[in-house]
Amino acid sequence: MNTIFASRKYIIGSIFLIVCITCIVRLFYMQVIDENLKLDASNETFRHITQYPPRGCIYDRKGRLLVTNEAAYDILVTPALVKDFDTNSFCNDLGINKNDFISGIKKAVQQNTAYHSSVFMKEVTPEIYAIFQEKLYKYHGFTSQVRTVRRYPMKVAPHILGYIGEVDKDLCARDPNYKEGDYIGISGIEESYENDLKGKKGVKIMMFDAMNKEVGDYQNGEFDTLPVTGDNLTCTIDAELQAYGEKLMQNKAGSIVAIDPETGEILALVSSPYYDPNMMVGSVRAKNYAKLLQDSIDLPLFNRALMAMYPPGSTFKTVEALIGQQEGVLNENTCYSCGGAFHVGNVSVACDAAHGTLQLEKAIALSCNTYFCNVFMSIMKNKKYNSTEEAFNAWRRYVNSFGIGVRPDIDLPSALRGSLPTENYYDKYHGKGHWKAATIISLAIGQGELGVTPLQLANQAAIIGNRGYYYLPHIIKSIGDAPTIKKYATKHLVPIEPQYFDIVADGMCDVVNDGTAAASKIPGIVMCGKTGTAQNPNGRNNSLFIAFAPKDHPRIAISVVVERGGWGAAWAAPIASLMIEKYLNDTIRRTDIEERMLQGNTIQYLAEEKTMPKKKHKNNSSQNKTGHKKRHKQEDQ
Amino acid sequence: MTDRRHTITPYVDWFTISLYLAIVVIGWLNIYSAVFNPAHPSILDFSQRYGKQFIWIMTGFIMAFFIMLSDASFFSVFAYPLYGITVFADLAVRFIGRDIAGSHSWFRIGEIGIQPAELGIFAINLGLAKYLSSDKKTSNAKQIRLVAIAMIVFPMLLIILQNETGVAVTYPAFIFVLYREGLSGNILLIGFVLIALFILALVGSKLILSLGLVGIALLAFVIFTKRKLKDVTRVGGILALCLAIVFGTNYAFNHLEPHQKKRIQVFLQQNVNNSKEGYNLHQAEIAIGSGNLFGKGYLQGTQAKLNYVPAHATDFIFVTPCEEWGFFGAAFIVILYFVLIVRLIFLAERQRSPFSRIYGYGVASIFFIHVAINVGMNLGLVPVIGIPLPFISYGGSSFWAFTLLLFIFLRLDADRLQILR
Repeated sequence: MNTIFASRKYIIGSIFLIVCITCIVRLFYMQVIDENLKLDASNETFRHITQYPPRGCIYDRKGRLLVTNEAAYDILVTPALVKDFDTNSFCNDLGINKNDFISGIKKAVQQNTAYHSSVFMKEVTPEIYAIFQEKLYKYHGFTSQVRTVRRYPMKVAPHILGYIGEVDKDLCARDPNYKEGDYIGISGIEESYENDLKGKKGVKIMMFDAMNKEVGDYQNGEFDTLPVTGDNLTCTIDAELQAYGEKLMQNKAGSIVAIDPETGEILALVSSPYYDPNMMVGSVRAKNYAKLLQDSIDLPLFNRALMAMYPPGSTFKTVEALIGQQEGVLNENTCYSCGGAFHVGNVSVACDAAHGTLQLEKAIALSCNTYFCNVFMSIMKNKKYNSTEEAFNAWRRYVNSFGIGVRPDIDLPSALRGSLPTENYYDKYHGKGHWKAATIISLAIGQGELGVTPLQLANQAAIIGNRGYYYLPHIIKSIGDAPTIKKYATKHLVPIEPQYFDIVADGMCDVVNDGTAAASKIPGIVMCGKTGTAQNPNGRNNSLFIAFAPKDHPRIAISVVVERGGWGAAWAAPIASLMIEKYLNDTIRRTDIEERMLQGNTIQYLAEEKTMPKKKHKNNSSQNKTGHKKRHKQEDQ
Repeated sequence: MTDRRHTITPYVDWFTISLYLAIVVIGWLNIYSAVFNPAHPSILDFSQRYGKQFIWIMTGFIMAFFIMLSDASFFSVFAYPLYGITVFADLAVRFIGRDIAGSHSWFRIGEIGIQPAELGIFAINLGLAKYLSSDKKTSNAKQIRLVAIAMIVFPMLLIILQNETGVAVTYPAFIFVLYREGLSGNILLIGFVLIALFILALVGSKLILSLGLVGIALLAFVIFTKRKLKDVTRVGGILALCLAIVFGTNYAFNHLEPHQKKRIQVFLQQNVNNSKEGYNLHQAEIAIGSGNLFGKGYLQGTQAKLNYVPAHATDFIFVTPCEEWGFFGAAFIVILYFVLIVRLIFLAERQRSPFSRIYGYGVASIFFIHVAINVGMNLGLVPVIGIPLPFISYGGSSFWAFTLLLFIFLRLDADRLQILR
């Protein structure tokens, strides 16, 4: 066997030799002959430069620019490529000292090894960068990267617009679209519309020579990918109205929410105290954020319009009036007698005056507690229900349909659902079968365990103004060129027939004409509203007002909360009326009221309160006597 | 064969062993440079690949040592069982093995991974050698051929099932073994023609190619045959086969995994720009090209270290010596491999026992195809196929596989004078 085919070893050997020679020839060609493949004598290197697209801009409903972009520059370093240079001039140009320089390099090596590019200094302003970049070629190992940061030309609506910051490490690990050092929206519209605003990153491959000078692009940009600009958003906000609202709310804590009832578009959303959104941009953000965060009295970063809960107080009576009528236990002629207080069993609820015998419309106008406690009892004791629990659950479903106790489906992050107690809650607290209508009577006047956000209050006003339906409140009208979002065009009906709304609207009209909010009447505009006072056991009460105008086919529905404002008519009603006047008439004629509101300072009461010892907030059943009496005396003037 | 106490030392081929050591050391130093981590500068740092490679090398040496101590007849006697175990492992790993990056080809025992496809190649070689060298009075040439091919193709198919198509591509190396043992040389020719057809079918227009083939067939019919009917069928049959290959290639190509498709496209310079693979390969080319004649110097290579070159410790390990030692360094390594392979052929030829000779040719062929494909792929001559460069690429499994393969042959060679037949 050995010898027959032995000569084949030459053939096999030759094949191996040919392959060997081919490799060597190819090597020679690649390494010695081919000029293209050679990095030339000056040793070019490439850099993958991430092309960050401009983030989408945000405009208000009239096309005014709310948020735009500005250039900022990151300074990057690859420590392994750093060679000696004049560090003094380097530090001078950038405005840092030698220690910063050394620790910056050390940090880069630690985070990313000496062979990789890391951020040496973030978000240098264009002014500094202009001087620095001329000398950049001298500083081996250093390069730069353009970033865009946000700018807010109108300085309004910080809570709505939100701000951007760097992505955290966990998200980088989970989502390959984000790299360390990328920006992401952290609150407000920037957060909820992050995917539309951020666009898509591109990559540009650039060549640099040994002198660290940019030589050109690589292969004519064949391997580059273009960045895609983020979509522009049109916000529902009217920037002028928003600015006006912020001005009115200066030196006060609280919020204003104004909605267009015909579409659900939010015209203004003010949370006070607020801040200049330009404070949260770029290199100053960290410092300012810490400062704002530490203000534990004012809580300027806290969006009260969406995240603060208050008992609705007397504003809730409007809802009750509707439920009572729908349930058939109440109509416009129903009379109850008010002698100054409501009594059932050994529970009593004080009213601020003895109103005598009232019918529904008047009861709303004068905000009579007695009347509405009676209404509540009649709802609870309705014969068609077999138990208090059943009646309560039915009542609860109505309240839910107004959006109370329900998480709003809004395109802003962190909106609270508010608080609406359940049967289980009362069972746990009082014991099953140990509570009845009288036990929870505080609900009748919007106190107790009820908690609503200003957004929910505004929506409630919209429902009444529309006579029984609403559109989901939302903050963005359109994304880029796309048509409006379908779910916001859907009408949501509450299970209350339209005819029952008329008398409530009439009553609310009376509130403004000659009722509790008469001082806030607007000449020429028929405004319907309801005052309320949210109880605060630790100090002054919170001033609430909901309204819509004009009475028929309203164009604006609004809620105003002024913390520690005392009576609903004192601060919330005038501010709401000014907002409405501004929106509908564009100019203010009641300049004296305007002046008084602008000068008002209720935030001092917040600070005072912090220094006083805290009183325990008692719940529903036991505080009816004294708390209510005092409060209601002050409210209705 | 009885085992006699005899020292084999004078008969061991120290030349081959020194070639082996040279390549191993070069490989180790090379890995040190390719994945050098300044935070772990010691070459013996076991958290780094260069430290780990040292462990693989040392354990490989121990294996080699034990092989040299063992009885040579052990390998002949256990050839079939070892073959069987390997084939079984190739089958089992598909179901029991860990899924790593889409391929089911690894067994994991704690920290150690074993890839039967790679590690077991010595056993395939043994089995084949045993079969081809055994007494085959009862079977005819055709049957022998078929069985031999089946012994190669069957494990190859199993490996393809493991999604390790790269390793499977090295099995056709055995064709050299078969050729040496009498398989018709036409097979080699046909092999080349097939490869050419594949490439032309992917690159060029199928229409022109088909017309060209028909033209050649007609010419061949007119010139070479007696123009009888049976010639028509013969020529016609071959033509049909060629056409089937041309069109079948396209079908098969579209059914490849996307990354395999990309690699071939990149190789053929189609759609290079849009793929990461195209860019990666270009980076490797630049790194190699930047080495010039003498390279940048040991540890001075920038491209691989700066992570421009992917898989620079395994598939593209050859880039680093190109960058750091230049043309002379890279060519030296290629020549080193060539000398080793030719030496192995020489050793194979001096065997008296067909078993040893066949096994030896197997070793040479396997080394050849690994080096040819790996270096070829680094140089852009061959599409990217994930195959290690023997003794130089990082990896314990492959290092052991090649060490076993080689030293079994050295052991057999050391006994060459003991065999009478």
